[in-house]
Amino acid sequence: MYGYQLRATFEESTGGTWPLNIGQVYTTLSRLERDGLARSLPEGDGGQRPYEITDAGRADLATWFGTPVGRSDRPRDELAIKLALALSTPGVDVRAVVQTQRAATMRMLQEYTRLKARDDQAADLAWRLVLDAMIFQAEAEARWLDHCEASLVRYSPPPAAEPQAAVEPRSARADHTAKASRR
Amino acid sequence: MTVLELRDVHRVHGSGETTVHALRGVTLTVDAGELVAVMGPSGSGKSTLLNLAGGLDRPTEGEVAVDGTVLAGCSRRALAALRRRRVGYVFQDLNLLASLTAAENVALPLELDGMGARQARQLAVAALSEVDLDGHGSRFPDELSGGQQQRVAIARALIGQRRLVLADEPTGALDSQTGEAVMRLLRSKVDGGAAGLLVTHEARHAAWADRVVFLRDGVVVDTSGPLDQPDELLTTPGGVQ
Repeated sequence: MYGYQLRATFEESTGGTWPLNIGQVYTTLSRLERDGLARSLPEGDGGQRPYEITDAGRADLATWFGTPVGRSDRPRDELAIKLALALSTPGVDVRAVVQTQRAATMRMLQEYTRLKARDDQAADLAWRLVLDAMIFQAEAEARWLDHCEASLVRYSPPPAAEPQAAVEPRSARADHTAKASRR
Repeated sequence: MTVLELRDVHRVHGSGETTVHALRGVTLTVDAGELVAVMGPSGSGKSTLLNLAGGLDRPTEGEVAVDGTVLAGCSRRALAALRRRRVGYVFQDLNLLASLTAAENVALPLELDGMGARQARQLAVAALSEVDLDGHGSRFPDELSGGQQQRVAIARALIGQRRLVLADEPTGALDSQTGEAVMRLLRSKVDGGAAGLLVTHEARHAAWADRVVFLRDGVVVDTSGPLDQPDELLTTPGGVQ
């Protein structure tokens, strides 16, 4: 299979969600060849070199399919970090932060759904499942934001340390620092 | 064209210490061909809003109009006729009558409105066909799956000259595939010219709407409409990762 065919197959399967650079495809193929997972074949008429998978490559692929994707492979969750910091930053309206995000998440979900509605049931299954993955992820975020809002309604911040600070400055400060570091 | 209009609507339940402000100054319009979803936590006023829109409840202040008719100005009889002729309801618990067949359930609003049984049945069979239930007209509700029953409820909600469909958690007890099929159907009915108002706590279902209105403590706190260019989502870094 040629590099450009690999790229086309990948993009067809994923509905063009993650466009691939052709340079990236050939770099990866060279790395696979170096590691013995693929081998290049003689050049075709067009001067391009096809590749084929090796037995070691097949075994590696089977391992990849058989291994779950770990959470640690994913980037840090900026939204969770933002909400955690909003709670401990004075003057931030945390419910407004939640609502701003929820409206944006909902808008994203609406657009994914519109893409889905545009394709009928007969549309390519691989693409539909990729789209569903994005829909379910956005839905999970929306549900988590609902949960955050409900928790905020019930949440009463710990009493301010200032009045106590006038009497016992050292212990109050220590208490405040301890709470901040726990969050 | 606006089908449903709520203008500065308030609804207060009870009095004195037990007063509950279910809605506080809600203004909302739903046009023909538009599906609007209402989301919010329990007690935020979603169901009150839907009941007011369907003339099942009256506002304490403000106005509700369906197809230009202000509901407060209607007699009980006129209101009942408007509910029968122009407004369709789809509830989570379906409200299909167990002793009537699917076709009889769908024909019921037309018969109540004075149409002959034969003609009403013909229209009901056609309406069932539109929701992919050809040949199911003579089955009783308990002979149908949950998804099929919900489709009967949608056929009944939109039979005749109905202009407004009100749906309260219509995908409630259904699995995700069947729930999606119900939303597709509701969407296509609205695309066909009806106005739809949907109450749901499921973001995935609310996403089938053109606009999503967020209610909190009886107040509209935000509205989410579509992006200008949907395809941007698939290429911008904030979209898919």
